[in-house]
Parts: sequence; structure tokens; C-alpha cells
Amino acid sequence: MGMITGAEALIKALEYQEVDTAFGIPGGAILPAYDPLLDAGFRHILARHEQGAGHMAEGYAWATGKVGVAIATSGPGATNLVTPLADALMDSVPIVAITGQVPTYAVGNDAFQEAHTTGITMPATKHNYFVNHVEEIAQTVAEAFHLASTGRPGPVLVDIPKDVLNARLLWKDPEPVAMPGYRPTVSPHPRRVREAIRLIESAERPVLYVGGGIIKAGAGEALTAFAAKTNMPVITTLMGRGAISDNNPNTLGMPGMHGLYAATTAMQKADLLVAIGVRFDDRVTGDPDAFAPFAKVIHADIDPAEIGKVRVPEVPIVGDARLILEAMCERWGDTPTPELEKWWTTIRTWQERYPLRFEQQSDGPLKPQHVISRLRDRADDDAIVVSGVGQHQMWASQYWRFDQPRHWINSGGLGTMGFAVPAAIGAKAGMPDQQVIAVDGDGCFQMTVQELITAAYERIPIKVALFNNAAHGMVRQWQRLFYNERFSSSDLGQELPDYPKLAEALGCAGLRATRVDEVDQVIETMLEIDDRPVVAEFVVDRDEMVFPMVPAGGSNDIVLNGPEDL
Amino acid sequence: MTEQQVLSVLVENKPGVLARVSSLFARRGFNIHSLAVGPAAEPGLSKMTIVVEAPELEQVKKQLHKLVNVVKITEMDAGSAIEREIMLVRVRAGARQRSEVLQLAAIFRATPVDVGVDSITFMVTGSPAKLNDLLELIRPFGLVDLVKSGRIALNREPKARKLRAVG
Repeated sequence: MGMITGAEALIKALEYQEVDTAFGIPGGAILPAYDPLLDAGFRHILARHEQGAGHMAEGYAWATGKVGVAIATSGPGATNLVTPLADALMDSVPIVAITGQVPTYAVGNDAFQEAHTTGITMPATKHNYFVNHVEEIAQTVAEAFHLASTGRPGPVLVDIPKDVLNARLLWKDPEPVAMPGYRPTVSPHPRRVREAIRLIESAERPVLYVGGGIIKAGAGEALTAFAAKTNMPVITTLMGRGAISDNNPNTLGMPGMHGLYAATTAMQKADLLVAIGVRFDDRVTGDPDAFAPFAKVIHADIDPAEIGKVRVPEVPIVGDARLILEAMCERWGDTPTPELEKWWTTIRTWQERYPLRFEQQSDGPLKPQHVISRLRDRADDDAIVVSGVGQHQMWASQYWRFDQPRHWINSGGLGTMGFAVPAAIGAKAGMPDQQVIAVDGDGCFQMTVQELITAAYERIPIKVALFNNAAHGMVRQWQRLFYNERFSSSDLGQELPDYPKLAEALGCAGLRATRVDEVDQVIETMLEIDDRPVVAEFVVDRDEMVFPMVPAGGSNDIVLNGPEDL
Repeated sequence: MTEQQVLSVLVENKPGVLARVSSLFARRGFNIHSLAVGPAAEPGLSKMTIVVEAPELEQVKKQLHKLVNVVKITEMDAGSAIEREIMLVRVRAGARQRSEVLQLAAIFRATPVDVGVDSITFMVTGSPAKLNDLLELIRPFGLVDLVKSGRIALNREPKARKLRAVG
């Protein structure tokens, strides 16, 4: 084979990593790469905004478990990627971003569309690279994919100057990746596993507290098996929804600020927390000093820095969640499954006394919880649900029943509004045979709505259930509760825009339900349409609030179950 | 004031590594007291000696470890590690004070490296405590300028292998 350009080497390097889909937007500095991209062995989806491309790569990665790829040009192209990179860092989503850069001779001269991309993205990535020489491209891409997908997954950015893309080289396959400073601990220490099992055996009120780490590690089956062996209640964080089936009787659901009462309270009263693939986020713990005051803690995570960051555990275990759970199952062996009768009786009492609840009057305003429930009951069993950030996200997490991992996609850590539509496109591009439903709010929707054009143009038929309460709902809820109902800048206007018309204009089908008796029909039509994206607007009660609720920074001992508790 | 701890950090000698380390300290709210960096014994690697004021040293170490270019972190033993610093200090010393200043400096083995009409510049190396002692004694003469290299440190050999106790 003869000489090829750096741009061709980049495409070849992506093919070498078995990329099947990339999301991006061309521009000056990255233009050389877009030429060989036309002949690449993978699909490129042209986003309408680089932020969209980044979230699409995230959605793809969430849904498939593979590395998502986003491509952008220098300067504004790269800075528009910062939000998805920060989002992926917080939620440990494996993505690789490729950015063009001004030519090396212009770097540092404030050239047109120049930004210090590696400097700007340093705290928003797991690692980033600036490629100085054309020979480094293939190896750098190989390292980027390795870093993104191993250990604690995360975003990696590769910044390549235009002259490096245009330089010529003889292709060489990348070497196996060996980085002296990067050797994640994968196998758990057997002594730690023994110590953990000893604590679990003697616990009277144990709780499995699991999160996104289970899903990333593919540890769902091992978790389900371990829960069955030990009869422990399982609490799945927002990031861990679907780690174990919600139909499993041991599952209590989501804990924390808007968690289910039984889940939050079980942690408060537990004498042992078996925390796996979680990071004791403030949305889970409330006031960390008042969190789970009676509990000893076993904390297992692939990232040693998470262990002891918020809560010092009695037993720390560093390693891969699947290997840890398998080792625990093996260590447990044939030990009889404990009844934990008193503990379960208490938990069942909480569940009966404080279930999720809402009231839908047949002639009253539409309740978002009602819509979610109806949608859940009619959607495919293996539908992927993608959510934005805010009230609708909490209702979706509360009311949907997830049966398996990778069926719930959202922006947990960073709380990125506008995540749902592009992430749903990415998920659908990765899993074209599955129904992909974006549950979105009107505030979120307006932030990245232009990506619906991408979906229509690329024939990626996602479904958007749009909850229109004409407000930034969660902001409105806080203003109601903590700011004397002074609704400062949270009103979005009921009929602005006309969503079905907007959807039609963007190449999608547009539907609307405003009354209870319209809901089922709209859902049915929305689920039927499969030749183009569809937006179904549900005009919902703007005064509905998310409960249960633990006010920010408060103790999880005080859960508001409804407006009557205020 | 939080107690100071000394970390010896072996890093890959690549562009931007110093920025990654300092950015991490800034982001996590850890305070750097001093930082000295230079080539390490192993080719391609550099060694940073970082003096930190952080109540949660474990967290500092763990976060540093997450940087891909960080190869190894060694915590210096408080009190027993070999810690040295170099200081250049310019003291006001006219004809009348000159001999007194020189005598004082001699006690600390501070070497005069530049003599002017009314000032002398000394170079002095030693433990941070020694440098501070000297500074306190010469301050009354009038400090004109001062620069410190930042601390460098190595742990001592384990007792059994140690040949003899030298300073």
C-alpha cells in the first residue's frame, strides 16, 4: 500500500476500531477528514449543532455499550462539544471526540476558528490528545478508544491540526495499547470480598445500593443472582435504573431527592449498605452527614477515587462490578438465603403506606404521571426511554418499569437540558430495531429541537413524548416551594411554539393531546408512525409537582410525600 | 493552617502534563504550596515534588492517579524524608553591616553569589526549616529580593539497608 493522507489514516483508524456510526459536522479545519469519510466503511450522521452530535454519540454509547464517536471542526465546533463531553464525564459515558484544529504553524496565533481545544476540554474529558505528527494518528485513536471504554468509561478527545490531516504517511496498524500510567484494577481483592460477605451474612437490615456502574460493567445478571441468593432489597439510582428488573420483587426503585419513599427510607434505616457502582451523589444522600446513619458500608467501584470521597466505607473494594458480584456470588456459595423477615415486613409496610400516587380527574387537567403510565403500558417491552432533565425525567424514572439494562438513558450527573432528542437519535441509530422514545419537557425540547431535522433527514424515526407545562417545571416547583411562588423567568408560554406545527415543519409528524380522553389515541398514533420521527405534545397541568421530595441539602429522614406534607 | 504534605509524582514527560496536574488541583480545591519539576532518572519521565495543603491527602492521591500521564505517586514520610530547597536571597548590606551579614550567612553555609554596593545575594540550600531560620535572622537587615526553588524530596532508604546516617 502506498502513501495515504493523515485524514485517510484517521478514517482507517476509526474503521480499525470497528466504528459503525459517527455523528458530526464538517468545517474548515476538519474538512480534510470529511473527504475520505465519504468512502468510509461506517455511517456518518450530519447533526445540526455540535452539541447535538455529542449527545447523539452519548445516546449511541448508552444504548449499545460501544464507544460513541463525534466529529467537529476547530474553534466553535470544538467548544460546542464541551457540554456533551462534561456530561459524558459525569455519567461515565464512553465517547471519542475528534476535532479539527488550525494548522500547526498557526496554532497560538489566534487564527480563524482557533480555540485551545485541549486546554478547554481538559477538565471535561477523561483524557485528551493533541496530535503533532501524522504518524501518531492511528496509535492515538487506538489509545483514545481504549481509555474511553475501559476502567471507568468516559469521554476522550483527539485534536488534530489541519496540516497533520493533510500530511502523508505509510499506514501502520496501531500497536497494542500500553500506557505506564493507566492500569485500572479490574479483579477485586479476594480478602475484601470475604470481608464483604461476612458483613452481609451478619446484617439484619442490608440494602443493595446500585447504580450506573452495574450497567457499564454488564453486571445486571450477576446482580440479580446475588440479590436472589442474599434476599437483599435492591435500590437502583437514577443512573442504575434497569440494572435489575423493576418486576423483581426485591427491587425498591429509585432513592433520593425524588426517590420512592421505601427506597430512600430503607437506606436511612439500613444497618448495611452494599454500594456497587455508585458514587454517593448528593441527589441520593441528601445531607451526607445524616445519610444512612446506622449503616456500615461496603463500597465497590472501578474508580478508587470514588471510594471514601463522600463516605468512608468499612469495606472498600476496587474492581469491575461484574467480577465483584460474581466473586461475591461464589463466596456466598450454598449459604442458605436469609429470610430477613422483619426487615421485609417493615419495607412492605412503607411501600403500602407510601406508594407513588397521583390523581387524574377525567375532566381535569392532564397529569404527566397519567400520560407516562399510559405510554409505558402501550410501548414495546424492549422500548428504550430517553429523557431530558427536570420534572419529566423524575416522573419517567419513577413511573416507567425497566426490565433490563440499557433501556433507560438520561443525563444524570450534569443535568443537561436538551439531552433527550439528540441522545434518542443516537440510541435509535445504534439500535434501529428497538422503539426509542424520548420523554421530554418543553424547556428541554427547545434547547436542541433542531436535531429533529437530523432525525427526519437521516430517517431515524424516534418518538418524542413532549410534556408541555409551559414552564421550566422544576424551576417553577422550586419557586413555588422556596421562593414564595414568585415565578421569575420560568414561564415559557402555553402556545409558543405550536409544537405539532413545528414538528411538521421539521419533517416529523406532530400530534397533540390536551384532554384525558385524547391521550390513548395520541399514544397509539405516535407508536404506529414509523416512517418518520413523531412528536406528541401532551399539554399537562403546570402546577403538578414531583413527589416524593427531600428538599436540597436536607436529611433523607424527612421525605415529603405530597403537597399535604409541606 | 492545614499541615503540609509532600508528594513525589512520577509523570510522563509530555506536553501539558503540568497543566493537567495544576488544573486538577484547582478543580478539586486542593492548595499547592510549592511545585518543583524536572527530569527523572528514567528516560521519558519527569518527577514533580508537590507540597500540598490538603486535609484529604488520600483524595488528592487518588485523583492524581486518575490522570493518565501520572505513573507513580509516593508520599514522603513526614519528618524523616530528605527535603531540600534552594533559595536566592538578596539582603541589604552596606559597608557597615557587610561583615555581620557575611558572618551570619557563614553559619548557614550560605554562599555569596553577588555583591553590590549596598546588598549581597546569597545562595543557600537546605531543609525548609533551615532556610526559614536564616530568613528570620537576616530579615532585620532588610530583604531586597527572595526566590525559592520549591521543595524537592526523596524518602530515605529503609533502615536495614542504610549504610550510615548522613544529613
